[in-house]
Amino acid sequence: MIHIQGLEFRYAHSDFRLSVPSLQVGARERVAVIGPSGSGKTTLLNLIAGIFVPNSGEITVGNVPVHALDDAGRRVFRISNIGFVFQDFELIDYLSVLDNILHPYRITRALRLNKEVRGRAIALAEQMAIAKHIKRRPGELSQGERQRVAICRALLTQPKLVLADEATGNLDPDNKTQILDLLFANLAERDAALLAVTHDHDLLPRFDRVEDFRAFRASGEANA
Amino acid sequence: MLDSLYIAGQYITHNKAKAATLIACITLIAALPLALESLLDESERQLTSRAASTPLVLGAKGSALDLVMNTLYFDDEVPELISMAATEQVAASDLAAPVPVYARYHARGFPIVGTTLDYFDFRRLQMAQGRPLAVLGECVIGADVARDLGLEPGDSLVSSPESVFDLAGVYPLKMKVVGVLRDSHTSDDRAVFVDLKTAWVIEGLGHGHDDVTRIKDRSVILDRTGDNVVANAKLMQFTEITEDNVGSFHFHGDAAIYPITAVIALPADEKSGTILRGRYLQADADYQIVEPDDVIDGLLENIFRIKNVLDAVIAVVGFATVLAIVLVFSLSLRLREREINTIFKLGCSRMTIARLLASEIAIIVLISGALCAAVVWMTNVYSSDLVRALFIG
Repeated sequence: MIHIQGLEFRYAHSDFRLSVPSLQVGARERVAVIGPSGSGKTTLLNLIAGIFVPNSGEITVGNVPVHALDDAGRRVFRISNIGFVFQDFELIDYLSVLDNILHPYRITRALRLNKEVRGRAIALAEQMAIAKHIKRRPGELSQGERQRVAICRALLTQPKLVLADEATGNLDPDNKTQILDLLFANLAERDAALLAVTHDHDLLPRFDRVEDFRAFRASGEANA
Repeated sequence: MLDSLYIAGQYITHNKAKAATLIACITLIAALPLALESLLDESERQLTSRAASTPLVLGAKGSALDLVMNTLYFDDEVPELISMAATEQVAASDLAAPVPVYARYHARGFPIVGTTLDYFDFRRLQMAQGRPLAVLGECVIGADVARDLGLEPGDSLVSSPESVFDLAGVYPLKMKVVGVLRDSHTSDDRAVFVDLKTAWVIEGLGHGHDDVTRIKDRSVILDRTGDNVVANAKLMQFTEITEDNVGSFHFHGDAAIYPITAVIALPADEKSGTILRGRYLQADADYQIVEPDDVIDGLLENIFRIKNVLDAVIAVVGFATVLAIVLVFSLSLRLREREINTIFKLGCSRMTIARLLASEIAIIVLISGALCAAVVWMTNVYSSDLVRALFIG
């Protein structure tokens, strides 16, 4: 699913440098990325999603050479092929749960919102046990419920790759387990891959593989 | 585009207070000059049309504007009074028909206009209900008075004292409403018309009481010399003119010295009007005679001078409001930075982000525009009544 070769990236006006000689993630693989803060874990997710552009090297997701796409191409690729789950959920406070889940379809012309998509959104909400909250706003939900909404939003486009940036970092142990169970079950149904940044070493046994990012950080560790 | 509008609509609904404030600001600043323009146009139309239809007004020397405003629009500013002799003078000239006007008192906030039946013919006023004035103590009310006070023929209306401290002055007179005029869309709609003699009764120049020559209570009599009887203040005066007591109402002194506020002079032709005007041009003349058209033209010039100043003030306030609105939108943009960053990470295009923000502005501007149009439309529809109620009276 993900093929990275000779990836080099550095931020302007910073001595941070990320160097990934090679990284492969298989189609159904669930890979955890660990490493100290500032080691470039989130930067890697942003590079794979096409939010950042590498200085050199190649990133291929599925059959798409992300590094070669222009800005518009990267945006369309991202919203159509990648599900993003953020640590702080990043839900839109003025939209209902259902509208938050449907949001990716309302902010791009690459996706078409129709009856089938709406049905899928409701089915996902039922699967994540938040269907009864579908008309509520995020502010009225618990932390765990909000993260479930964020996961529904990430999964609605049925992406073959889900990028999770400390997705369970703000949750209590019970919620962490439940949410990972739900996420893994959904990914398994669709043969999708997961690349998850985490600091929680208790969760690592649940992943197929763990990548330690200390190996990729070329310099500037202290700047994290 | 529909999705952008939907999201913007949700944002506006969620931030009702902010949106409502912005909408109110934009609506006010857009509607104010347009509504003002409409009201001024209507004021000009009403002032000039009534002035143009009133050839000449004769009154006491002094402010021509007060004289015209009181005679034509029954303004509260009462000009110096003249005597009924002025009416006789105009009639005797054979140059114009006189219509005396005595607009000084009020009944429940509406001006009482003492005049003769000629006034109704001159203004072409028609009855909507009831009949014209016939007997002392009756009144015919304008359409607005009837509507506002809920009166109809058969009801009564009491005149108000000139001031609450006027304890020894004008007695309230209970008048019988005998007719309601049709809407004329002029100041006549807001007037209470009475016969001149009824106006003089209100003033106390005419009154009714028990016959003192037959009264049994001797403590009422101060002095009796032959047929002449002098009563004291204990003698009860009637405060309502009824069929039973109308015969007891009488006036003391010569009617020619009784007061009126003006005489509308209706010349037979232009030449007669010019000659009549000439007679009152001399410096030693007791009265002034004015053409309302000229007086109103002068007033309008001043109004439009003030309007120019108002326009400038509105322009400055409008500019300040636009700056404030820009500031609100830019602060709102800053508050939504996180949301924008999230949708960017999800894959939203720059154009869509711009469209989302533009939709919010478009909805607010559209709602404000619709409200502004509604305010201006309402002002136009009710401008006639508004001008009479607010400015002309």
